[in-house]
Amino acid sequence: MSARPRCSTRSPAKVSNYPGITVERRTGVIALPQAPAELHDLPGTYSLNARSGEEQIAFDALTGLGDTAAPDVVVVCLDATQLARSVYLLLQCRELGARCVGALTMVDEAGAAAPDARALGELVGCEVIAVTARTKRGLSDLVAAIDRAARKDRVTSWRWHPSTALRAHLDAAVEALPHGWRSSVRYGAELTHADDALALWALTCIDNSEQDADELAIPLALRAAVGARHFDLDDEAILARWTWLDREIAKLVHKRTDRSLTEKIDRVLLHRAAGFAVFAGVMAVLFMSLFAWAAPMIDGISSGFKGFGHIIHHLLGNGIFTDFLVDGVIGGVGAVLVFLPQILMLFLFLGFLEDCGYLARVAYLMDRVMRSMNLHGRAFVPMLFGFACAVPAITATRTMERRRDRLLTMMVVPLMTCSARLPVYTLIIAALIPGSRVTQGLLMVGMYAFSVTTSLVAAWVMSKTVKPLKGKRLPFIIELPPYRFPRMPDVLRMMWSKSSMFLREAGTVILACSVALWALLYFPRHLPEGSPDYPALIAQAPDADARAALGAREQAAHLENSYGGRLGHGIEPVIKPLGFDWKIGVGLVGAFAAREVFISTLGIVYAVGDDVDEESKPLRQALQTAKRSDGHRAYTPLVGLSLMVFFALAMQCMSTLAVVRRESHSLRWPIFLFTYMTILAWIVSFLVYQGGKLLGFA
Amino acid sequence: MGMPSTLAEIALGRSAKVRSVSGPRSFRRRLLEMGLVPGVEVRVVTIAPLGDPLRIEVRHGQWSIRRAEAAQIEIETP
Repeated sequence: MSARPRCSTRSPAKVSNYPGITVERRTGVIALPQAPAELHDLPGTYSLNARSGEEQIAFDALTGLGDTAAPDVVVVCLDATQLARSVYLLLQCRELGARCVGALTMVDEAGAAAPDARALGELVGCEVIAVTARTKRGLSDLVAAIDRAARKDRVTSWRWHPSTALRAHLDAAVEALPHGWRSSVRYGAELTHADDALALWALTCIDNSEQDADELAIPLALRAAVGARHFDLDDEAILARWTWLDREIAKLVHKRTDRSLTEKIDRVLLHRAAGFAVFAGVMAVLFMSLFAWAAPMIDGISSGFKGFGHIIHHLLGNGIFTDFLVDGVIGGVGAVLVFLPQILMLFLFLGFLEDCGYLARVAYLMDRVMRSMNLHGRAFVPMLFGFACAVPAITATRTMERRRDRLLTMMVVPLMTCSARLPVYTLIIAALIPGSRVTQGLLMVGMYAFSVTTSLVAAWVMSKTVKPLKGKRLPFIIELPPYRFPRMPDVLRMMWSKSSMFLREAGTVILACSVALWALLYFPRHLPEGSPDYPALIAQAPDADARAALGAREQAAHLENSYGGRLGHGIEPVIKPLGFDWKIGVGLVGAFAAREVFISTLGIVYAVGDDVDEESKPLRQALQTAKRSDGHRAYTPLVGLSLMVFFALAMQCMSTLAVVRRESHSLRWPIFLFTYMTILAWIVSFLVYQGGKLLGFA
Repeated sequence: MGMPSTLAEIALGRSAKVRSVSGPRSFRRRLLEMGLVPGVEVRVVTIAPLGDPLRIEVRHGQWSIRRAEAAQIEIETP
């Protein structure tokens, strides 16, 4: 027994095969009588033989094959309403030689169907403690039981006997187990049957024909040892465990859990018409919260950072270092934090919907649509997240088992109308699209519909054409758990852990890119020969208004001369067929870091100052009156439409690329994503603009 | 013992016993491990509004399963 025992809890009830927002691994500390113990919360799973990313994490952590040693004690959550299934997991843990303690949950919900904890403990051969998370009842007993279990020697317990044929295969596989996989290494004590259990896992789970090579480093010798046999022994262990469970659990549980309330709710929520109506309503509330309720917080954050920037500017005076600090660093941190309110709300909502059991119903309702586009059924949630921000959405693809499904989803999620596109659309629609508020509103709705359609079609096309994204549809089965009222502490914890992951993972990249982009649009600091001497002109200016106007013109001149400005000029020939001039080009350069930067960059280019947003009147007027060198209006409604289409389709988000790189463990996929989206954006904008011109809209 | 057919074919609301499960290896394993083993009773509760998937009940739990996969679960109707 180690001085700092570790134990693991795993909760099949919590996750129910729809782990929309399952945390990778949580760690805490509990006080055992002698020493504190590390507590690792593992992803929920039904079994140890499944091969999704999260189930693999659970298996590795439990057996000590991952980056941590095998736990001293394993706490298995036993759902009283689904007893046989949760005990199945406990049986597997005991076969592997884990010191187990059962935590019997959902006793209240099970009512008369709940088993007696003591009798259950005697049956399964380890202590079982009834606990209620809400009231913390049973927790001290559980801690005491963990402490007792940690002092015991490891034993294995198999409730069934392998047949002669299986025995022979097990022996061969045990021979092939790598040294580090043996119980003598993992547990520090030789446990024959623990090695057998690992061999059984290898026999039933390692499948050379399936695409699992990249998921776990499985030694070649083991692959070879298990690869040569037929699969006809796969069922033996599973059926033997179930035979035992069916016989023994039936002695403890005489009633079934009452599911009538869930059934009544499902009659409405899964109804042909009402089901979709409720779904639409839930989505409407979700969006309202993302766009309307989060707005004050977003405004607060951005004005807070602006104010802070002004204070710093005031304290330090003019200078390159001040500009770097204010526009580069403080602006960059602000650019990260401005996403936070929406991300918090999104995870709050989705966590709530998941925990009460509704997300699984959504997958049930929508599966047909997803399937017809060759998307995994669980791709629905990441795509939904995509409306807020592609960054958390891409991390949410981990819930899919197959790399191909994850990649395909990652490739289309960035096409969804994320919140950063909204200010751009708002500005363009308000400034350039004529018509009443209703038509303008409809156009906005149209942009959402456009993004959903393109992402679904893109998924379908890529699943047919891009080789690594091809692949047979994977069978899809999800549990529809009983409705439960979520525990708010759990939901809030989940919300925070996901959001802080966004801050860590994407935030650093966004910050770095903001600083880099600031430099690109800031340097060099000298103006070309022959430019007006702005400082002198400003000094002679008659009043404050004239000074401000000259200051803005100086800023615009600097921007045009900056590396970013030159880049805007440089790409003009490429974007001209889309109806864009170099000024939009500079905006697009700025928008590459994050789309909403487009607006402040345009503000500088049009010399109305950088302190603008999509509601800014001067910027709208500047766009409406802007002329090209040939005297024509620079922004016609057609240019506006072409620009919106470009923003809808182009990959203009460094943080998304960074997250895709991290999640796909390769540079290839972010490069592919960037290339295909940008080319697609160019082609469609070209078609919109040139087609519009042909039809006579100029 | 009645006529063998598949889970995709039984009438809404009717119960039947699982006879065998086929399909891709990992999927079979998943079904078996969640308790959909031969001999267990299964019932189609509802069909999703768009015609697929099916909502089935096994061992007091409910699951969503696509028609194509349900067709790989052979059943015997009483």
